[in-house]
Amino acid sequence: MTAVQGSTSTTRPESRQMLRHFLGLMGKSVFTALVLAFFVIPVLWLVFAPFDAHPGLNVKLPEFTFNNFKVLLDNPTAIASLGNSLILALGSMVVVLVLGSLASYSLSRVKIPGRDLLLYTLLLLSSIITGTAAMVPTFLLMVKLGLIDSQFGVILVLSGGILPTVIFILKDFMDSTPKSYEESARLYGAKPLRILWDVVIPLARPGLATIAVWAVVQVWGNFLVPYILLRSPSKSPAAVVMYTFYTEGGQPNLALISAFSLLFSIPVVAMYFFVNRRYGFRFHGGIKS
Amino acid sequence: MPAPAAGTGPSRAVVDDGDVAGLGKARAMAFLAPALLLISLFLVFPALWTLYLGLTNYRLSGSAAKNPQFVGVDNYINALSDDRFFNSLGLTLLFVFGSAVIGQSALGFAIAWTMTRVRKSVRAVVEFFVLLAWIIPSSVTTFLWYAMLDRSNGTLNAMLSTGNTAWLLDYPLQSIIVFNTWVGTAFSMLLFSSALASVPPSQLESARMVGAGAWAQFRDVVFPHIRGHVLTNTLLITLWTFNTFTPYLLTAGGPDDRSNILPIFIYRLALNDGALGQGSAISLIMIIINLVIATVYLRLLKERKS
Amino acid sequence: MASITTRSLIKEYPGGVRGVDEMDVTIHDGEFFALLGPSGCGKTTLLRTIAGLEKSTSGSIKIGDREVTNMEPGQRRVAMVFQDYALFPHMSISDNIAYPLKIQKVAKAERHSRAEEVGDKLSLQGLLERRPGQLSGGQQQRVALARAVTSRPDVFLFDEPLSNLDARLRLEARTFLKKLQLDLGVTTVFVTHDQAEALALADRIAIMRSGKMQQLGTPREVFQRPANTFVASFVGSTSMNLLKGNVADGGVMIGHQKVALPADAVGRVGDGQEITWGARPEYLDISLDPVHGGLEGTVTVSENLGASALITVELTGSGEPVQVVVSEDHEPGIGTRVWVTFEPRRTLLFDAEGLRIGD
Repeated sequence: MTAVQGSTSTTRPESRQMLRHFLGLMGKSVFTALVLAFFVIPVLWLVFAPFDAHPGLNVKLPEFTFNNFKVLLDNPTAIASLGNSLILALGSMVVVLVLGSLASYSLSRVKIPGRDLLLYTLLLLSSIITGTAAMVPTFLLMVKLGLIDSQFGVILVLSGGILPTVIFILKDFMDSTPKSYEESARLYGAKPLRILWDVVIPLARPGLATIAVWAVVQVWGNFLVPYILLRSPSKSPAAVVMYTFYTEGGQPNLALISAFSLLFSIPVVAMYFFVNRRYGFRFHGGIKS
Repeated sequence: MPAPAAGTGPSRAVVDDGDVAGLGKARAMAFLAPALLLISLFLVFPALWTLYLGLTNYRLSGSAAKNPQFVGVDNYINALSDDRFFNSLGLTLLFVFGSAVIGQSALGFAIAWTMTRVRKSVRAVVEFFVLLAWIIPSSVTTFLWYAMLDRSNGTLNAMLSTGNTAWLLDYPLQSIIVFNTWVGTAFSMLLFSSALASVPPSQLESARMVGAGAWAQFRDVVFPHIRGHVLTNTLLITLWTFNTFTPYLLTAGGPDDRSNILPIFIYRLALNDGALGQGSAISLIMIIINLVIATVYLRLLKERKS
Repeated sequence: MASITTRSLIKEYPGGVRGVDEMDVTIHDGEFFALLGPSGCGKTTLLRTIAGLEKSTSGSIKIGDREVTNMEPGQRRVAMVFQDYALFPHMSISDNIAYPLKIQKVAKAERHSRAEEVGDKLSLQGLLERRPGQLSGGQQQRVALARAVTSRPDVFLFDEPLSNLDARLRLEARTFLKKLQLDLGVTTVFVTHDQAEALALADRIAIMRSGKMQQLGTPREVFQRPANTFVASFVGSTSMNLLKGNVADGGVMIGHQKVALPADAVGRVGDGQEITWGARPEYLDISLDPVHGGLEGTVTVSENLGASALITVELTGSGEPVQVVVSEDHEPGIGTRVWVTFEPRRTLLFDAEGLRIGD
């Protein structure tokens, strides 16, 4: 920024301005460096340790090896848990996409009595009844329904928890697609389900993709719900199983944990940045909770 | 040409009755029903049940598991006269204030603000790493911090030359505050970045044209634009931080309950010690606090929309 | 092919606002018909009610001899081109054009060849495998037309068909549209807020305001003999001069100046009656020398229109502005004293309610 200075008073204000500029630059650089250090250093372990022949808890340059991944592949529980995470994530994604798109479409296009109140209540409920606040009754409910230690039960609970947000975002999305597409199809004689299939779903594809990724990311990393509702290690997802990897001496099995952590993190990080690049993740009243 | 007297008829946006595909109310209800059923069963019902459970002496095992007795408001009285509850509530307040209000909000804003005035490449790198902390599954991030803070091999002690400080044992609350700040700053950063980006450059330029300095530009142009965001951001992250269970994986509430924030307190009380009734009572208190925050938040959102 | 008849058609919205109020129109077979009016006048509502996208509150609609009032839109045999064209972005141009046939369960090969045939007719050769997003605005409009043509409807409905095109393209598309309609001979109703578009395209124009019909006539009729002051000021690229005055001594007093009675009004008005005198700027001229029966005034503004100029004359005495279109050769300087002249048969009188006096 250049302020227009009077030509008579040149030297002092100019040097003061230069000093200020310099201090600003210093401050900016130091702050940026500190922020980077704070956010990068903890992650370095995740980058180095998986490839280290003797992984420790400290961050250090690795003695390069792929052996840790061999340890991981030889551990059936670990591999199975990644599969379980996949089952939970994809299962919830399908439930949420199917139910969410049907519900949001009818909410967007038909004035059902009490629609606004319903939407408001949904949004309110989803933000106040969190997994933590409702863990006790949810646990009891699943006991009564006989769905403890069932992956299907976990999918239902997780889907129920994120559906309100899904409906809200998808409705927003459907509201913003022009209605003339559907009207046009209707004028040529297409019936409602046909219109949904031919026109609405294809048009909503970016929104559905965003929601699909979001649902997977939410469920993939969820610890509490499967931790409470599942008993058998063979059914537990990666987030829970990770905390059972100990050596015979009672120490964390770092070779296994490091490789496992990396494998467990990569899919969601990749998906997140893919969607971000493709569709641009923007705000829908706070998409990640 | 003078504009012809505009008709008083309604505009198209107002008249739309919306049902463009001819779905009809009955079919719309049928589309809506499965989702509502799932939500009622697994979200609404548990919340309502908490109300009832909180009034019983329900236990995970033993005789009270078979035949829970109605005990009225005893659980609430117990909770409200229990030192452990108030210890937990106090810790939660400190935790929320420290990691959400101060940590995530302030740091998130500072980063967003600084990143508007650095090179694009630097900005991309910084934003990537801040986001990474947010995206990596919580089981992994807690382990990363467990490793960072380890007494004998931790990177932090090595960096600060603080010997064998056992951070998780000596400073458990501070540790989870820093951890939660680290995890959650991304949201505030993103929100404030988009808020800052929405400040019209023409307004900043007009301010500069009349000679406003950096501070005056911030106060008179930038701040009025982001004021609403500051409030909504604070409420949202307060809500999330208040409900996070992740610190359990770092300290499990210990040592000696010194990081026993409410979610962890409830988990240990209800599912470890089996006092489901008491746990429910405290859950309800939590839901009520959530309700207050969420109501304020939604009201603010509505105001901003209209 | 068919005519369209509406009888006492009413579309009322919750709250009692009437989008269409007691509409009786007959649109002839093969006619190119315009619904013209300012935004919110109900023209689009009428079009959508004919299409069946809005349900009428009462009254009836017939297309040909079929009563369609309670029919589903898909059964009415109408095709509509929307303002935004509503081309499905996820389908190729060919699939878009053939979509009506897909609904009619026509076999794929047949669909393809019909799409190609129609595409040829609308000069869309070579574009059929593209997506709508890759086409220009003018091409998109032709695709929307092609899709409408494919369904072989009894009636075409166009909602602001030219408004999404930029100014130069719009003229081109206008000519194209008029020729297409002439070739196909299908009854066509289109909605526009642009009076020039309506005058240029339509065989007949219905001018609407607040859901009510103001005038129905050929472009020449609505231009030369507007039914009321609303139509007078809405139609025409420069709006009609409307001056308050009253009848005296077989003439019209405007301020203290007297002009001759319009031909239509002779014998229909009495002395002292309050009226509005109207004259189109295009039908007025100026003289630098005093003219008996002309309006005296001073030139205050001059706007260049290309081959002509629109000048504003402030009348001596009343100070009221009168606009006149003069050819480029006779453009007077600002401040010039002039006399506005006219032929009485080109001027109009409106009564106190704003209705034109005469037949």
